[in-house]
Order: sequence, then structure tokens, then C-alpha cells
Amino acid sequence: MDSPNTDLIQGTLDMLILKALSLGAMHGFGVARRIEQVSRGVFKVNPGSLLTAFQRLERAGLIDSEWDDTDNSRRAKFYKLTRSGRKQLEVETTDWMRRASAVARLLKDEG
Amino acid sequence: MSVWRQLKHGLRVLTDRRASDQAITSEAEDFIERTTGEFIDRGLSPEEARRAARLECGSAFSIRDEVRGHGWENAVEALIADLRYASRRLWAAPGFTALTVFTLALGIGATTAIFSAVKPILIEPLPYPKASRIVTIWGTRQDGGRNEVAFGTVNEISQKTRSFVSHAAIREWQPTMTSEGEPERFQGQRVSAGYFQTLGVSPAIGQDFRKEDDLGNSPHVALLSDALWHRRFGGAAAVIGSSVTLDGQPYTVIGVLPARFENVTSPDAEIWAPLQYDMSQGGRVWGHHLRLVARLRDGVRIDQASGELNALWPVFLKEHPKDLFNDGLAVLSLQDALTSGVRPALNVIMVSVLLVLLIACVNVTHLLLARSSRRRGEFAVRTALGAGRARMIRQLLTESLVLAALGGVLGILFAEAGVRTLVALSPPALPRAGSIAIDGSVLAFSVVVTMLVGFAFGLFPAFQAGRQLQAGLTQHSRSVAGDHRRIRSALVVAEVSFAFVLLVSAGLLLRSMERLIEISPGLHTANLLTMQVQTSGQRFRDATVNNAFFDHVLEAARQVPGVISAAFTSQLPVSGDSDAYGVSLESNPDQKDVEIRPAFRYAVSPSYFQTTGIPLLRGRMLDEKDRAGGPLVAVVSDSLARHRFRGAEAIGKRVRIGPINGPQYTIVGIVGDIKQLSLLDAEPDAIYTTPTQWRFPDNVMTLVVSAQGDAARLSPALRRTIWSVDKDQPIVRVATMDQLLARSMAERRFVMILVTAFATVALLLAAAGVYGVLSGGVAERIREIGVRSALGATSGSILGLVLWKGVTLTLLGTVIGIIAAAAGTRALTTLLFGVSHLDLVTYAGMCLLLLAVSAAACWVPAWRASRVDPVITLRSE
Repeated sequence: MDSPNTDLIQGTLDMLILKALSLGAMHGFGVARRIEQVSRGVFKVNPGSLLTAFQRLERAGLIDSEWDDTDNSRRAKFYKLTRSGRKQLEVETTDWMRRASAVARLLKDEG
Repeated sequence: MSVWRQLKHGLRVLTDRRASDQAITSEAEDFIERTTGEFIDRGLSPEEARRAARLECGSAFSIRDEVRGHGWENAVEALIADLRYASRRLWAAPGFTALTVFTLALGIGATTAIFSAVKPILIEPLPYPKASRIVTIWGTRQDGGRNEVAFGTVNEISQKTRSFVSHAAIREWQPTMTSEGEPERFQGQRVSAGYFQTLGVSPAIGQDFRKEDDLGNSPHVALLSDALWHRRFGGAAAVIGSSVTLDGQPYTVIGVLPARFENVTSPDAEIWAPLQYDMSQGGRVWGHHLRLVARLRDGVRIDQASGELNALWPVFLKEHPKDLFNDGLAVLSLQDALTSGVRPALNVIMVSVLLVLLIACVNVTHLLLARSSRRRGEFAVRTALGAGRARMIRQLLTESLVLAALGGVLGILFAEAGVRTLVALSPPALPRAGSIAIDGSVLAFSVVVTMLVGFAFGLFPAFQAGRQLQAGLTQHSRSVAGDHRRIRSALVVAEVSFAFVLLVSAGLLLRSMERLIEISPGLHTANLLTMQVQTSGQRFRDATVNNAFFDHVLEAARQVPGVISAAFTSQLPVSGDSDAYGVSLESNPDQKDVEIRPAFRYAVSPSYFQTTGIPLLRGRMLDEKDRAGGPLVAVVSDSLARHRFRGAEAIGKRVRIGPINGPQYTIVGIVGDIKQLSLLDAEPDAIYTTPTQWRFPDNVMTLVVSAQGDAARLSPALRRTIWSVDKDQPIVRVATMDQLLARSMAERRFVMILVTAFATVALLLAAAGVYGVLSGGVAERIREIGVRSALGATSGSILGLVLWKGVTLTLLGTVIGIIAAAAGTRALTTLLFGVSHLDLVTYAGMCLLLLAVSAAACWVPAWRASRVDPVITLRSE
């Protein structure tokens, strides 16, 4: 499991959470696993940062939360995107793509 | 939206921290359990899976601690914790806390009280719309003095100038209202119709004066103040249109001014009527007895208005008779004109109170430094337990702020009491004394001062404490304490020098007062009772009726048991009366240029000089034979005789009083000079006639009675006597001559009392500072002192050692103080009288006082040091 670089780039965690939630409501563990799986283990999310990020996003009005029963009859806190969260995700995605492709071009040139 | 969410979430956490912690914990537990489940799915045993999950995620508690650290509510929580801790620490040191809070409260309270008093006078604009555009116009005299203006001048100004939108002349007016009860005399003003418009005020009910109301033969109308309306007319709207009898004539009330209206040109005025000058009548038209206020036209500056008036001055001169003794006109902002008299005094008071605040702050810094050096152990332990330096500085600042807040609250209470005392003490000449009160902005000022003080003295020890942390754990390190002691010694020196400046100021004011009391007003003030009697009503326009009334009263007053002699005078020395006329000489009839100079004019009963003890120098007094129809005679003051006749004999010479074409009076006697305006007054020129020989009846006269023993005792009997002659004549301003004298010194006394009070407080605070630094020093050096005495130092020499330390600090402070006082007391010069601001006696006396008090403050710690038992101190190490 131990990957050489599992730290998230500063500020990207929020975006990744929003992205993960854009597919539907999910609990914290689900979000963590989703990020790990999709990034093929490149990013590993520790629960402290994750829950802190949830609080931050909820206060910013980007996500909502609700306690609900899960499949195996345990209660968990489910998070889902709000309208402004969805909008924020769009903005951040575009922005990120623009930057990432620019950085990629630069690196290719140098190489 | 987002702010609202932040607030809601934060508040939810703050109100129920346990529930929110619980929520985070269970979410974290859920996370860990799911991780565990995943490990089990991969084939680990439950035990191993749990350990692996714990390894990967950490414990639920550590997760909770990480998550809860975010959000604004945590800063609030830290602050609350800091506050709680600070309160506990302060509670644990009640002596320190009480002393600090009290010192701060004293400084803040005094500053707030003074600021409250000064604000409406010097800082706030007058309570009128665009108040800065309101000016007052004065006549200027050749000698630099100011004169009131004549109606002729007002008339010229209204016809020929363009600088003003509106203007109004004002004359004091004291009408007597007669109805069924005792007659009541009001303070009032006769004003031009545009007066209230010039101020920018209109009546709350009814209407303002119209231009027509101001014409010579218009029906009489009056406006009332809100207070008078409520007091005499029960606040009923029916008063509008009703008729009141003032001085025997009916006046129709046409309006009532708003309750908030403050009449700064005469704060006591309660009733107003139009001037109703008749230009055709001449006579009083050219008397200089009007004040003039005006509102500048937009865009016109004061100096432009002044320029316009003075350019027109020669034109004015052509228009009217030559008996003007004004030299030109001056335009001043109304605010400056009202406050210029008290400004130097108030500035001195403000500076004194700021010095007290400064000393208070220095003292508090002192106390905090001493405390922080006693708490080095505590800080060391907290550092060792992992407290950061920033965190600790924050803690100290919180403590300072708590102290400052407590001091602020107590200070506001002090200020409340202080303002009340100030208003009670305030001299009658203080403008706008009625609007002195602690208000919102003054409160804000007080809070800002508190905060600034809090930060100022909080930061210093906080950085000190921060610096100490390295040396902190080595308990025996003395170097830090030494560093502290130097700073504290410097503070004491500063404090002593501030206190010295205040002491010298107070001393100089006291000595001036002493000198002032030594001045003779020119008459025997002891056992003199005075009261103003006014004849009111149409019939007293007749000189015979008027004079007969006063003669009867005088006759009756002489019969009152205890009265030695009695007399009437048209104006009373040092009472605020100021009735001056141009006196022209005719020493040389051919001379075209007649010299006119003002002199105080008195109409007095012949017995006046005997009653008041004004000495006859040459010639004769006025006597009963000098009546209407007889040859006109006058008595002049010594100074008039000497200044105007320049060595020639004045007796037998003839002078005119007032109009240049008026009758001539022959000088028959010369009497001693008296002080008319105040004890400092430098204008002793005076001329006396009998009432019957004066050209119009004086309706306001002051009865002066010389009594056996306590004069004040006679006042009820005299009142009854006067009313037995005529029950409708009001009696006001009853006072003994000594009271009038005291009143004329009231402003100086006010400043003196305040500065002396501040100086006393400063002296006590400085003494407390000296005591504090010495006793702190003794406590820190107890081991050294123990060693010294073990090595054979006598208790006397240790006593001397500590005393010397205290005395050198005081001496150093005094030397700096002397320099500062020599430079700073220059600001006092206008308030000093008969004493230089470098008065040697005062400086020497205050040096001795300061040294004596500080030696007393040094004595206790020195004595304690001399009693140190070497065995006990050395054993305890």
C-alpha cells in the first residue's frame, strides 16, 4: 500500500472530494476509497484531513451532510454536492485542466 | 450566505461542544471500522485487521482532535480559556489587581471627565446647523480691547455689506413678569428679528419673529424657551397667542423654542422679544451695547468678511456722529469668541490630566513588570510543558486587557462622579457648562484609551517575559532581574519628573491665587450685602417716579436693625456689571479734536462712598444737594484724574459723559480707584454722578448695605422692606461683596483646584512608584543583603544603602522635572498673576515636598531591608 508520494497537492483535496461526490451521495470512507482507487493508489487520504475538509466544504455551502443507514445496517454520515458545489467543481476542473496542460506542455518542451 | 453558515456551524459547536465532538468521533470510528472490515476481507484476522486499521488511520480521538482544531469557534474558545485563566491569576493576586485597576481607573476616569467637560467647549461645533459659518462682529479699540457695537453700526452693516446671509443684534434683557404671585424676573434677550434664522433654529410650536415685529411701533411679541414654557405655562399649546405682562406691558406669546435649543450667546435666557429700534429717535442708537451675530454667505471666508467691513468703516464713520470709540470692526467665529477666554485654562487642565494618565500608565507598567519578574518560574514551567512564545504573549496581553477593561469600567464610574464635581465647581464664565455630560462618544474615548493603555503596558512585559524564557528554568539567574530593575528605575525617574511638572504648575497657580487675594478691590468688602433692585413698568420711565422709589427704599432700608448705612449704585464693582461711556474733556474749549475715552459710569446715592469705604482723596463727595435742577457735578476716580488731566488739577474742570453735545458736569471730587470688572482689571477710570443728575432713569440699581456683623443675615429683612415700598419690584442677585469677589476668582480657582488635585494624585502615584521599585529591589536582593549583614554591615548602613537608591532616583527625576517644568509652565503664563513661571520659591518648595514624600516612600522598604536576618535568608537559599 505504501506509495512513494501519497501527499495531495495543496488545495486539491477539496476538488477531489467534490469530484468523488459528483457521482452521488457517499460517506467519508467511500470518498477516501474512491480517490485512492481512481488515482490507482497515487493519492492516499488520511481520515483527519478528510473530515476536516468535509467540515470546511460544508461550511462553505458546497456540500450537505445527513446521517443515514448503510447497507449493513450501520449508521454513517452521507455527503452530497449542493448546487453551488457542483458549480464550484466545474470552475475548479476547468481551471485545473488549464494549468495542468500548461505545466505538461512546459515539461515536455524542457524534456 | 457563507458567513451565515460559518456562524451557524460555529455557534452550534460552541453551544454544544460535546455533541459536535461526539459526531466527529463516531464518524471517525465508522471510518476505522470500515477500514478494519476491508482488512478482514483481505484475509486478516479481526485482531490483526483492527491493529492495521489503527496503524493506518490513527485513533478516533486523534482524528477528532485534528478535525476540531479548525474553524473560528476555536479561536473564541481559546480566548475564553485565556480570559478564564487571566481572571483566575488576577483573583489570586488581589493586592496587585486592586492597585492596578484603581490606578488605571484614576487615570481613565480623570481623563474621561475632563474630556467630557472640554468636548462641548473646544471640540464640538456649536449645536446649530453649519455652525462654523456663524460669526460674531465686535468693535475694536485702539488699545486692542473689544467693544460691543452700536445699533447705528448694525444698521450700516445690514445696508452696505454682502458678506452675510443674515445677522442679528442682541441686547441682554431682564423683563419682570407680574401676575398674582411674587414678581419674577427672567433672563432674556432683545434680538433682531433674524436672530433665530441666523442660528438656524426655528420654534417648535408657533412661529418665529417676522421682520415687521422688529419695527419701532409694532405690537409686542415674545418667544419662550421650552423650560420656561413648562415651568410657567404647564407646557400647554394654548400659550400661543396668549398675553403676558412684562415690565408692565402686554406681550403676545407667538412661539416656543425646541427643548434641544441651546442659546450659547446667553445660556440662561428664557424669553426673547424683538429689539424694535427706532432709528429716528437717535440717543441710544449710538450706544455701544449690542452684540452682533451673523451667518456668512456661502463661499465667504472670515477674513474676507472682516476685510469688507473694515474697508467700509470710513463710510460708516461718515454716517454717524463722532462719539464712537471703536476703531474698526473684527469678525470672529462665534465658537472662538465664546471659548477664547477659557481656552488657555482648559488647555492647562487637559495637559495636566494627560500627565496624570501617563503617570498612571507608567505605574501600571511598573506593577506588571514587577509581577512578571515574580512569575518567571511559572513561565518557565509553561515553556517546558510546550507553550509557544506567541501563545504566552497572547496570554499576558489578555491579562493586561482584563485589567484595562476592569480599570475602564471603574474609570467610567469615576468619570461620572468627576463630571458631576466638575459641573458643580465650574466657574460661571465657562461656556456651555449645561451640555457637559458623559455621552456615547466620550464613553468610546474612554474605551479606546483603556484599550491603548492595555496594549501599551501589556506588550512590554509580554516581550520581557518572552525574552526571559531561555533563562527561565535556571532559577538563580539574576541577570534578567537586573535588566528589569534598570527599566523600572527609568520608569520611576520619568514618573517623578512628570509629577514634578504638575506640582510646580499647581504651586504657581496657588501662589498666583495668594497674590490675587492680596489685591484690594478698592473698597471695604467686609460685611457688605448687595442686592439688585429693578423698577419695572411703564410708570418708572418717569425719572421722578423712579428716583422717588429708590429714595423710599433707601430710607426704609436704613431703618432695618443692623444696617449701618445703605446706598444705591447703578453698577456694582466685581459683579460682572460693565457700563462704560465715552468721557470727553473740555479743558481747552478752542480745541477742535476732543479726546473721548471710555470710563465706567456710576449713578450713586451720595452715601455710596461712605457705605463702601471708597476713600475721598481730594475735593468733596457727592451730597444730597446735588439733585436734578442743581448744577451738574461729578466725582472721578484717581486714575481718571491723573490720566486725563496729566498733572493738571482735575477739580473744577468740566467733562461730558456720552453724547458730545450732552450736558457738562463739573468735577468736584476725586476718589480712590476700584476694580470694576475683576481684580485683574486694568481699567480703573470711573466717573460718578447722583441718579437725579443723570440724563435718564436707571431702572436697575444695586442696593449696597453695610451691616453690623454678618451681612447675609439681613437679606430677608431687607427684602420685606423693599417689597413693603412696592410689591411688584423684583430683587435678584443677592450676595455679599465677599461672595462676589470669590466669584470673580472662580475661574482661576477652578483651574487651581483641578491642577492641585491632579498634582496630588501624581505625587501619590510617583511615591507609590518609588516605593514599588525599592521594595521590589529589596525582595530581589534579599540574599545579597543577608550576605552583607553577615559580613558585618550594620543595619544603619543597609538602611542608608536602600534610602540612597531611592533618593538618587527621585533627585534624577526632579532634575529632569525642573527642566521640563521650566519649559512647560510657559503655557501657564496667562493664568499666572504676580508670579513668574520660573518662580524660585515654588520650584524649591516643590523639590522639598517631592523629596520628603519620596523619602517617606523609601523608608518602609529601607527599614525592611535593615531588618533582614542573615541567618534566615541564607538558610532559605
